[in-house]
Amino acid sequence: MASRLMALWDWFDARMPTVAEEWRKHAAEYYAPKNFNFWYYFGALSGLVLVIQIVSGIFLTMNYKPDAALAFGSVEYIMRDVAGGWVIRYIHSTGASAFFIVVYLHMFRGLLYGSYRQPRELVWIFGVLIYLTLMGEAFFGYLLPWGQMSYWGAQVIVNLFGTVPFIGPDLSLWIRGDYVVGDATLNRFFALHVIAIPLVLLGLVSAHILALHDVGSNNPDGIEIKKKKGPDGHPLDGIPFHPYYTVKDLAGAVFFLAIFCAILFFVPEVGGYFLEYNNFIPADPLKTPPHIAPVWYFTPYYSILRAIPPIGVSQFPGVMAMGIATLILFFLPWLDRGAARSIRYRGPIYKSALAIFVVTFLILGYLGTEPTTVWGQFHPAEGSLFDRILDTKDVATWVARFFTILYFGFFFLMPWYTSIDKCKPEPERTT
Amino acid sequence: MDKTRRNLIIATSVVGGAAGLGVAVPFVWSMWPSERAKAAGGPVEADISALAPGELMIIEWRSKPVWIMRRTKEMVEDLKKVDGKVTDPNSSVPEQPDYAKNEYRSIKPEVLVLVGICSHLGCSPKPKSAEDKAEMGAEWTGGFYCPCHGSKFDLAGRVYKGSPAPKNLEVPKYTYLSDTKLLIGADKESKGA
Repeated sequence: MASRLMALWDWFDARMPTVAEEWRKHAAEYYAPKNFNFWYYFGALSGLVLVIQIVSGIFLTMNYKPDAALAFGSVEYIMRDVAGGWVIRYIHSTGASAFFIVVYLHMFRGLLYGSYRQPRELVWIFGVLIYLTLMGEAFFGYLLPWGQMSYWGAQVIVNLFGTVPFIGPDLSLWIRGDYVVGDATLNRFFALHVIAIPLVLLGLVSAHILALHDVGSNNPDGIEIKKKKGPDGHPLDGIPFHPYYTVKDLAGAVFFLAIFCAILFFVPEVGGYFLEYNNFIPADPLKTPPHIAPVWYFTPYYSILRAIPPIGVSQFPGVMAMGIATLILFFLPWLDRGAARSIRYRGPIYKSALAIFVVTFLILGYLGTEPTTVWGQFHPAEGSLFDRILDTKDVATWVARFFTILYFGFFFLMPWYTSIDKCKPEPERTT
Repeated sequence: MDKTRRNLIIATSVVGGAAGLGVAVPFVWSMWPSERAKAAGGPVEADISALAPGELMIIEWRSKPVWIMRRTKEMVEDLKKVDGKVTDPNSSVPEQPDYAKNEYRSIKPEVLVLVGICSHLGCSPKPKSAEDKAEMGAEWTGGFYCPCHGSKFDLAGRVYKGSPAPKNLEVPKYTYLSDTKLLIGADKESKGA
């Protein structure tokens, strides 16, 4: 039997040797640094969540109706009447948030160990493209349940495009396909969400991995393992991805799925953060919910949008700030002038800057989920200088402004503070 | 390489590229509002014969709420009191047709017609009467409050200073078909649209 199978494999291999070659190139003989730690789980986990989303998404489309009159009801139908429908829907909604959690941690790993540094700029750029595409995918998908938050969230985001000078109003009309967010909008968002954007995502993920495997993985020491090779031509500090890291990632996947299932079965709404309560009310164009907030993974940028005051009558500055806040990520490889890649050998300045950045991102994220009145108002004396010059007296808006400055400071000042930072010498070999 | 062949390759690529771009046209085009959507976006009639002074009615036009309010004399007079507190007291930003560019932002002083969508990010503000002073402050003379981001508007849809909304509320095109009948979404100059 075994020899029969071997013969069959030989027959296949003689006709399509690419399969074995690629397996060797990308798994069995892909030498990854031997010192990967906890932070290196999240790339593989992102891939796992992508598969979870595609599979659960396919099964949702079997019962979902992309029609403004039927969409909300079809989601409730999936939740109540379709066998196992509720679990598939919660897998998909939990997966959306899980996707951003693992991607944010994966990106943070890059910041910790300088994974974007030369020669891995393309790996990073494809990664940022994946992140932006993922935001688009999440935004289009969020309209589909056709709840109040779906509807008004889409309304707010599409109107952001309306603030672009000159072409804005036409642009948002073209995006909606109607004078308001309506059936045409829902239908096209469905098409983009289930086929167009996923195809782009798969292409970008392939490019991300291919680019990575061409230059080789970075590691927690931030040194090049390819500089020290053994007599067999393989890096001395490298181990084959398969079986070493396939097994490690498998263990990570089990741990991740345990948490994932705990959320899925016990707290799928996560207190309104994964599934907003208002979204269990059908979309109503004539009734705005009292408080509109995007889902948690967009809130840091939403905070930045709200923090920037309009210039004259134009909201465009805030929209532009939000755009720059995401697009600046592309330039990270060229902004960082540090002598060492990894946080282990960086000086105190970068360590502090990164810590401040993490706090900044979290606080902006929190503020974005709340109304700007959450921390009350300043009460300057009537007619005093502050009373006259403050355009808003909401404390939270001013806090958001302060942290918006820190957010941009992390990037715009990076060339300066990383070059004066005193790095420790990097080791010759991994530690 | 042979020059003729190179030129032919370049010409083929350019023509092929142009054709490729041309293919995008029908797809981009298809995303504009359809004829049906355009027809549904046509003007609507509103009967205001039963509208009492101080009362607000909401009708739907292009799936947007349009407010029609019969303001009382006091309400119209109170508008002058907030001139100093609103960003654009004279409606200099074109958020209204020319025939509504006046101190009450309407054709007839008492009848207010507004698109009930905040000029900030598209939420629908809520009416707050002059009695809501406890919530809106002692000098509040009635108007509209947007629950999303806290913008305040007076009873002519003019935005208060310090609101996130940059502009006054939009006055749609409208015209009187009779004393008690309004046509929203079209006016005498543009029948249609």
